[in-house]
Amino acid sequence: MPFDLPMFFAFIIAFAILAYVVMDGFDLGVGILFPLLPVGRERDSAINSVAPVWDGNETWLVMGGGGLLAAFPLAYGMILSALYAPIIAMLLALVFRGVAFEFRWRDPRHRPLWDMAFTGGSIVAALAQGITLGALLQGIAVQNRSYAGGWFDWLTPFSLLVGISLVCGYALLGSTWLVMKSEGSLQERCHRLAFRLGIATIVAMAAVSAATPFLRDAYWMRWFAWPQVLFTAQVPLLVAIVTFVLFWSLRRGHHYTPFLMALALFGLGLAGLGVSIYPFVVPPSVSIWDAAAPHDSLRFMLPGVLIMVPIILAYTGYSYWVFRGKTGHEGYH
Amino acid sequence: MFEGLDAIFLARLQFAFTVSFHFIFPSFSIGLASYLAVLEGLWLWTGRQVYLDLFKYWLKIFALAFGMGVVSGIVMSYQFGTNWSVFSDKAGPIVGPLMAYEVLTAFFLEAGFLGVMLFGMNRVGKGLHFAATLAVAVGTFFSAFWILSANSWMQTPAGYAINAGGQFVPADWWAIVFNPSFPYRLVHTVFGAYLTTALVVGAVGAWHLLRARPAEKGANEGARVMFSMAMGMITVVAPLQIFAGDQHGLNTLEHQPVKVMAMEGHFQSHPDGAPLVLFGWPDEAAGKNLFAVEIPKASSLILKHSWDAPLKGLDTVDRKDWPPVPVVFWSFRIMVGMGMLMLTLAAFSLLARMRKRLYDWPLLHRLALAMGPAGFVAVIAGWVTTEVGRQPYTVYGLLRTVDSASALDAPAVGASLLAFVVVYFFAFGAGTYYILKLMSHPPHFGEEGPRRDQPVRAAGITPAPAVAESLATGKEA
Repeated sequence: MPFDLPMFFAFIIAFAILAYVVMDGFDLGVGILFPLLPVGRERDSAINSVAPVWDGNETWLVMGGGGLLAAFPLAYGMILSALYAPIIAMLLALVFRGVAFEFRWRDPRHRPLWDMAFTGGSIVAALAQGITLGALLQGIAVQNRSYAGGWFDWLTPFSLLVGISLVCGYALLGSTWLVMKSEGSLQERCHRLAFRLGIATIVAMAAVSAATPFLRDAYWMRWFAWPQVLFTAQVPLLVAIVTFVLFWSLRRGHHYTPFLMALALFGLGLAGLGVSIYPFVVPPSVSIWDAAAPHDSLRFMLPGVLIMVPIILAYTGYSYWVFRGKTGHEGYH
Repeated sequence: MFEGLDAIFLARLQFAFTVSFHFIFPSFSIGLASYLAVLEGLWLWTGRQVYLDLFKYWLKIFALAFGMGVVSGIVMSYQFGTNWSVFSDKAGPIVGPLMAYEVLTAFFLEAGFLGVMLFGMNRVGKGLHFAATLAVAVGTFFSAFWILSANSWMQTPAGYAINAGGQFVPADWWAIVFNPSFPYRLVHTVFGAYLTTALVVGAVGAWHLLRARPAEKGANEGARVMFSMAMGMITVVAPLQIFAGDQHGLNTLEHQPVKVMAMEGHFQSHPDGAPLVLFGWPDEAAGKNLFAVEIPKASSLILKHSWDAPLKGLDTVDRKDWPPVPVVFWSFRIMVGMGMLMLTLAAFSLLARMRKRLYDWPLLHRLALAMGPAGFVAVIAGWVTTEVGRQPYTVYGLLRTVDSASALDAPAVGASLLAFVVVYFFAFGAGTYYILKLMSHPPHFGEEGPRRDQPVRAAGITPAPAVAESLATGKEA
């Protein structure tokens, strides 16, 4: 595994995707769970807990997209045009849920409508992201530096499975986030939900993991060939440990641990993804090096990334810290 | 239903629609972020309550506009790939890093400090809060810097080479970032954003000055202060903007002469002084203007500073390299017309200020109110002029639009275009309504801010419960 500029930027983009998935994951998860929360204080508390940070969370999505364009322009064009329908659906869904944050407070008479937009947008966005991921894993037909498949190549049982898995996973993140950030009846409700969603997520992850090696021989080899199985086997092993800690901490009524374990599950999921598709960025034929922007483009961005990413992480951390602690619901009405 | 239409035309229409809608929000929020920083700075410096009241008043509106700008902006960052994948592959090595710098230096800065700016005043203290407001304002400027650099590079490409794969590759980043049209476009766009914001702020101030009953005249200090500040801004910036626009035009003449031919409606070459076509209907097929009203030789005077300077016309250019002339011709006239109206408002308000009648001259207030949307009209018309004027290229003179698009079929693009239209009109229509609703309430003493008794933001990004109650009960917050 040569560690050169394309590899470095592949890691940066993987990091942006992970940051996006876990951070927007929990606020999309709150949106997915919204209909299960009673109208009034619980819903208001739940949405307030993510209101100060959702905008920053979603910026990682722009970073992922913009970074892909900048560092792997060929892959950016291929993937997005191949997955036209799910990407457009995701963008439109994010419009709905993004505006709902503000609009539901501006217009109490139509609050049920904007709550629906918040939930609908969150579910569609999560589903579309999962389908995108699934379709990418399946592989994208490419010819002459362009997408060469049909409009609906992305739609398969596998991509739908990944889509549904991601909805479950985001809902788990959302429920454990609320266990951490809320008190009283909302916390109890989310605690109960987290159990069920934990089970659903683990089952879904297992199903996706079991199906992936059968998609392509290359994936099979990557996971099970000797001796790298010694390395790849760590991923499911760690998933098992994290799962155990997740349920143990839920049973013990911990507030923070379940969320951290849900984050860890996502991290491991992404690691598994990396194991499967490396060295490709557009499986099955376009590698990181095929798609990488010219050396001068990457070198131009290098100082920006090295200087700005730590600064961004610092003030993102600061803004989370400003709004730390439990989200109260006193004094709303 | 889209079978008869050209997929590339639909993709262009979709890009034009989404980017125009998107740009409405930043053109307002770039100026508003700076205005908020000025208001908070003035409050900290003078301690006058009215500045804090105005800050909180416009903060609520900023939150709504900014949120809509964010979600419509995410769409833009993906549309290059969904619909313009060949452009992304070929021009990505150059415009991609510029946009990456926009994300790294601007978007995170804005998003990271927005929460603190909107709701953190009671949590972080005045100094840090002001720093957050400044960070957001500076972020909007950084964002304009990088995205306009990328856009300008597409207009006046420089500092590049072309590799074996047909990609544009960087040769000189300094030449790329500061390409020939960039400084002009940056100044012209930022002034445009400031004017747009000032016109909106002025219109809201004018509305509340007009609505005040005679006995209350002058009672609403907030309306007076915002009206005066807005008119002052327009008085200074409108003439500067006209000068900057003229310079930008001269720059365009140098680097994109065909665009200027279309803007001017010059189908024929004029070896001894070209006329200024005030109005007319450009007939592309016939290659002439119908019903034209012209001032002889005035165009040469403006563009070349000489009555008799020769100017080439579209007859010297192959028709396949023409931009759509009527669109460019008319959008340019709309922009210039708005600019002249702004100059009129600037002069009128200056007269009123000198006569000490700024707050009790209803005609001025009516004009300012009517001009509220003029900035948006001018900004969109200006962008149509420059972007349609770049056609038939995406990278001017080098990469044709027809060679830039993804290989999508018309029904797919048509369906997504339709979905964008429906969703945008619904979501952003509602948002505009909520903004107008907020504007319809006058700013008042002790403007409601974030509530102190709440550990985390009370509601949404803005102190919404109070406003929500006011909407429900019809009373002021």
